[in-house]
Amino acid sequence: MALGAGGPLGVALVALALLAFSGLGAWLAGGRSERGSVWLGAGGAVAACGLGLLASVRALWVSGECLLSAPWRIPYGEFQVGLDPLSSFFLIPLFLLSGVVAVYSVGYFRPWPGRNPGRFWLFYNWLVACMGLVILARNGVLFLVAWEAMALASFFLVVYDWQEAEVGPAGWLYLVATHLGTAFLIALFVWLGRESGAQDFARYAAPAGMAGWVFLLGLIGFGTKAGLYPLHVWLPVAHPAAPSPVSAVMSGMMIKTGVYGIARLLVLLGDVPAWCAWLVLLTGAATGVLGILFALAQRDLKRMLAYSSVENVGIITLGLGLGLLGVATGAPRLAVLGFAGALLHVLNHAVFKGLLFLGAGAVLHATGLRNIEMLGGALKRMPWTGAAFLAGAAAICGLPPFNGFVGEFLIYAGAIRGIVGSGAGVVGGVVAVGSLALMGGLALACFTKAFGIVFLGEPRSGMAAMATEVGASMRYAMAALAGFCLLLGLALPLGLRWLEPVVGQLSGGAAAPPGRAEEVLIPMALFGLLALLPVVAGALAQVRRRLLAERVQRESATWDCGYAAPSASMQYTATGFVQPLTEAASGILRPRVESELPAGIYPAGGAFRSETPDAARQLFFDPLFRRAARRMGQLRWLQQGRVHWYVFYIVLALVALLAWAVWT
Amino acid sequence: MLQIVLAVALSPLLPVVIQRVKALFAGRQGPPWLQGYFDLWKLLRKGGTYSRTTTWVFRAGPLVNFACLLVALLILPLGGLPAVVSFDGDWILLAYMLALGRFCMVVAALDTGSSFEGMGASREVQFAVFTEPALLLGLAALARETGMMSLSGMYGELALTGEVPFRILLSAGMFILYLAENCRIPVDDPATHLELTMIHEVMVLDHGAVDFGLIQWGGALKLWVVGALWSGLLPLGALRHPLALLLAGLGGLLGLAVLTGVVESVMARLRLLRMPQLLVGAGMMCALSLLLTFR
Repeated sequence: MALGAGGPLGVALVALALLAFSGLGAWLAGGRSERGSVWLGAGGAVAACGLGLLASVRALWVSGECLLSAPWRIPYGEFQVGLDPLSSFFLIPLFLLSGVVAVYSVGYFRPWPGRNPGRFWLFYNWLVACMGLVILARNGVLFLVAWEAMALASFFLVVYDWQEAEVGPAGWLYLVATHLGTAFLIALFVWLGRESGAQDFARYAAPAGMAGWVFLLGLIGFGTKAGLYPLHVWLPVAHPAAPSPVSAVMSGMMIKTGVYGIARLLVLLGDVPAWCAWLVLLTGAATGVLGILFALAQRDLKRMLAYSSVENVGIITLGLGLGLLGVATGAPRLAVLGFAGALLHVLNHAVFKGLLFLGAGAVLHATGLRNIEMLGGALKRMPWTGAAFLAGAAAICGLPPFNGFVGEFLIYAGAIRGIVGSGAGVVGGVVAVGSLALMGGLALACFTKAFGIVFLGEPRSGMAAMATEVGASMRYAMAALAGFCLLLGLALPLGLRWLEPVVGQLSGGAAAPPGRAEEVLIPMALFGLLALLPVVAGALAQVRRRLLAERVQRESATWDCGYAAPSASMQYTATGFVQPLTEAASGILRPRVESELPAGIYPAGGAFRSETPDAARQLFFDPLFRRAARRMGQLRWLQQGRVHWYVFYIVLALVALLAWAVWT
Repeated sequence: MLQIVLAVALSPLLPVVIQRVKALFAGRQGPPWLQGYFDLWKLLRKGGTYSRTTTWVFRAGPLVNFACLLVALLILPLGGLPAVVSFDGDWILLAYMLALGRFCMVVAALDTGSSFEGMGASREVQFAVFTEPALLLGLAALARETGMMSLSGMYGELALTGEVPFRILLSAGMFILYLAENCRIPVDDPATHLELTMIHEVMVLDHGAVDFGLIQWGGALKLWVVGALWSGLLPLGALRHPLALLLAGLGGLLGLAVLTGVVESVMARLRLLRMPQLLVGAGMMCALSLLLTFR
């Protein structure tokens, strides 16, 4: 079914244009009126996101495919955009999250007057627009241009607080990482385009017998953006440096454009060999387990959340791997459940990780602290933020009745189909169940630590004690996302028919019988039980209130074996809380510990320091780049700094190219 | 529905059975059979004392934990009797209901700001990292052995077809899980909250009144829930009549409680540092039983 340009695609394009112009307008207005700039930037973002959300939901509903192309004056280029179920699906979390974060940002950037707020809105709105364009693009050149613009917009957002010492190196690392990823993507698109002679997605054809290697190129290129292990190294550095709303959008949505890329590549290639399925599955399992292990060891709240994003991308990839395995082994139910679980986790992760980053931002805003060890007692001082963060924490652990559970349940359900069946699916299923369960246990430890140490107990520093609740726009944004966590958790099991066209696209239509996918997806009884849980808990709360109503309730200090002067520093620390686990995994985490134990009869003092640097960076990337720098250094003599030498190089290069052209 | 009523009503008996077996070994008399109910009656009528540090999280923890166990009962088959609700993959929900209960108890413990309770919470989440994969792999083994995907289907089918080596290996792994999940010796010592043993008991130091009653009752229910997963592994193939199946299930739970009492009487708690080995061992047994199904 074809839809005209006036349909959802047209509306989506209008939304993107609105984003681009409102960003520009906010920047131009910023010099004159801060208030006007914020209204223009945020208003434009919210309106555009609302419009885009309507369009993408409508497009998914009618599940048609529409294409719009306009000629361009660059080689191989054509401004070709399209809206199919896969694109519509990825647009939903994009517009949902970006709109809410725009509301949040109004309050977040308020207390620093004298700065031009337009700078933020320019890059923020452009980032959202570029992500939208990446998802809509149907031409290789256009895709790469949008991809690069997205990377640049997000780079400028990462270095928004460029005066701070840690921000510069973080931005640099991000820029290098994203461009290394893009290099692989350029190779990928050139290869695909060479085979078909055009850069339009519709005309792409995989080189015969080489589909697996093409896919591998894409997996590396897109995996760098998505944060697959060991290509994730930029995430834990860039996210803490970026302002929190930016982290929320980058972690919630921008890394998903990497997932989208992988999914789009699957649709384009149609069929990939079985070893690709195994590669994706095992990469997902490794990414998930290692991501959450490193998250566990972090003391910086935002760095911990960044590592947890690595874990969640691992879960998504695991689901994709199961789906691919299902396609490769001809097990349609495995394919449907794996793909559906991965897709749902994309949506769910955007909501709860966005929420958690916004919560971390609210804490940072109120206390100026990101170090978990110095926080505490924030729930009493910031009840809204605390409650919202708790919902996000429960959701990210995959606990019912929040939304994280639904996606993970589908992946589990797929894995069980694999286990009960025969052939390769059995091993794949066992890998998935084992690694998901391990990730679940570790995530529980990680997020009880984050919530428990930051929000509960007594404040561990003066800054934490003086925290106050954040402003209305930030509170509403967090409350909205927390509401979505619960709402999606309860509503998603009701019906997943709308997901069928997307899953059908991913599984190539060949493997899955899409018509009957619904009965496979989620049993109705699950919905009933999930909905029952809050009801039972509410009823119990009523009984408890009745029972306590006529009784004496007293307040006192926490029991501490009768010690007379309890202090906040006696509480458990975040490092202490996870120490048994980090100790058990020290072979993988390789923490650096410096300790000076108290010695003698009258010990003068002691010291303890520990940090957990990224192992992939320490062991692989840093040595690699050092060696590369040494080798490149030997070529320094080429750089003379004199213009006539450079002109000579250009002539030399031209002559060489000419010779090559003549010779071949 | 009868199973749920029975579980809620009879579960306070299980801890008493364990205590009486231990008393028998020690040459003591032990508490009266109805002690569990006396305790609950007392706790539910008491007023509470709350720490000034605590918030609503502290009060909600035991409550949500209890609610999770109640919902879990709906999908729990008992001794070959099918559960009230059953669907493919319901055991994932069961595992995650237990996880949600644990999450709530852990944050409730951290809400006091006490270092004791922090320590208990820390150990609780540490052990969960090992028990969760073990439980899910064990149930996955059961799914593969029986070819069914729901708890009721799996246990119903196992009663007819399960092979002996598989049963032995899986029930050994599940027994360790049962001890770990319910904080019994050799993993934890429910009789004390002193530093060296503190896990579960120390997490609930500051709870009192209704909240503590719900914790005690919830603990008894958890003995029932995890116990039912174990007692379903018993060979009951000859039984057909529902009443016989029910009695067999109850008998299995009772026998398991006696067995726990014996274990608690004859061995000491393991050193904390050895605990991961024990729990990984349980996971290995579950994984091996999964391997046994590849024939």
